[in-house]
Amino acid sequence: MKYVDEFRAPDLARGLARQIAREADTGRDYRLMEFCGGHTHAIFRHGVQNLMPANVQFLHGPGCPVCVLPVRRLDDAIELAERHGVILCTYGDMMRVPGTGRHSLLRAKAAGADIRMVYSTLDALQIARDNPLREVVFLAIGFETTTPPSAAAILTARAERLSNFSIFCNHVLTPPAIAHILRSPDFAPGGAARIDGFLGPSHVSAVIGSRPYEPAAAIFRRPVVIAGFEPLDVMQSVLMLVRQLNEGRFEVENQYTRVVTRDGNRRAQAMVAEVFRHRASFEWRGLGTVADSALALAPEFAACDAERRFALSDKVTREVKSCECPSVLRGVKKPTDCALFGTTCTPDNPIGACMVSSEGACAAYWSYGRSTSAAGARVA
Amino acid sequence: MCLAIPARVLALEPGAMAIVGVEGLRKRISVALLDEVAVGDYVLVHVGYALHRLSEEEAARTLALMAEAGLVDEELAAMQEGGS
Ligand code: SF4
Repeated sequence: MKYVDEFRAPDLARGLARQIAREADTGRDYRLMEFCGGHTHAIFRHGVQNLMPANVQFLHGPGCPVCVLPVRRLDDAIELAERHGVILCTYGDMMRVPGTGRHSLLRAKAAGADIRMVYSTLDALQIARDNPLREVVFLAIGFETTTPPSAAAILTARAERLSNFSIFCNHVLTPPAIAHILRSPDFAPGGAARIDGFLGPSHVSAVIGSRPYEPAAAIFRRPVVIAGFEPLDVMQSVLMLVRQLNEGRFEVENQYTRVVTRDGNRRAQAMVAEVFRHRASFEWRGLGTVADSALALAPEFAACDAERRFALSDKVTREVKSCECPSVLRGVKKPTDCALFGTTCTPDNPIGACMVSSEGACAAYWSYGRSTSAAGARVA
Repeated sequence: MCLAIPARVLALEPGAMAIVGVEGLRKRISVALLDEVAVGDYVLVHVGYALHRLSEEEAARTLALMAEAGLVDEELAAMQEGGS
C-alpha cells in the first residue's frame, strides 16, 4: 500500500480497499474499463490499481480527446494555420501531438504559423474581436463536456456578428463509442479480451446525464457506474460495480451525485442541439470509423464552420507504424507492449498521441506506472 | 481535459458573464450554460464556462477531494495561463 499514506483520508481509502477485497469473488475476475482519460490519470497517479485485489483490473478506454483525434484532422488543423494564414486557437493539450511526419502545432508555431493556446473559447472570441481583419479558427476537440462551450461561442459570435470567427469541429460522443467497443470483435464472446463493466465519465455525464448510458447497459448487459474523478470516488465506484456484477445486475448507477443527475444540463444540451448536427460517422484514432459518434456544425451555422469556409486539401496522412496507440486506446494492449515505449517514445519526445496528453495511457504509465508491477490491466 | 473546479460567484456581469473566485483566484467566466445563477452560488467551472450549480457543501467536498488528488493547482494554473 505504497500510495495510501499519501491520502489525507488514508483510513477511508484503506477501508474501501478492504471492502472491495472482501466482496470481490475470488472465483472470478472483474475487468473494468474506465472510459475517461481523467480516470486513467487518477488511477495511475494514486496507484489505485495497487489497492485492488489481483482479480480486479482496469482497462483503459479511449476517453482522451487528444488521443482519439485522427492524424488527418490534426494535419488539417496544421494546414489551416500554415497555408490559410488563420489565427488558430487551441487548447494546450493539442500543441505537441505528432501529426504526419511528426509535424505538430508546436513545430508549426515555431516555424511562424500564428497558433495560440487558449484556456477557453471565450479567449478565442476575444482574439477574433481584437483582430477583425484576420480569420480566427478555434480547433474544437473534446467530448460532451467541452461541446457546450463551443456551442456557446458560436451563438455569441452570431449575436455579435463576429464574421471572422469559425470553429474546426472535432467534438465526439461518448455513448456511441462505448457501444462500438462492446460490438467490436476484440470484446465479442471468444474475442481477445473482455470487459465486465464501465466506470462512466464524470463531467461528460454532468452535461448529458446518466440516461444516455441506459441502452448500452441493457443491450450489452454491462453495468455502468458514473464515477467522480477523485481516487476515493473511483474506489467507491469500483465497489458499486463489483456488487452489481456479483448480483448479476446491469444497471446505470451514479456514484457522482454531487454533480451528475439522470437528465444532465438541459440548457447546455439545447444549445448543443441548436448549433450542431450528428455526423453519419467519424474516424477515431484507435477505434476506426464509428457510426453516429461525432458532431458537425448545423447548416445554419455554415459561416462559422471552418471545414466549409476553407478548402482543405486532400493529403496523405501517416502514423508511425509501430505505434500501438490504436490497440492501447481499445484497451487490448498495454503501453508496455509497444516496442517504442520508454525508449524512442517518451513524454519529451512523443511518437503517438497517447504519450502526449497526461490523460493518455502511455503518459500515465510512463509517469506513474513503470515501477509498480501490478499497474494497469492485463488483457490475456 | 474534462476537469472542472468548483468556484463561488462573486459578481454577475452583462452578457451572461460572471466573476468567480476559487482559492483566492478571481476569473471572468461565462454562465450562459446555466438556467439561473445568483451571487453567492457555487458553480463547477470547465474551460471558462459554469457547467453545473452545486450546493456549498458539495462544492466544499469536491474541492477537498480535488485537493487530496492534487488536482487543484493544475486547474488553477490552467485558468491563469491558458491551456486546458
Ligand atoms: S508508447 Fe508511444 S509509440 Fe508506443 S503506443 Fe504509446 S504513444 Fe504510441
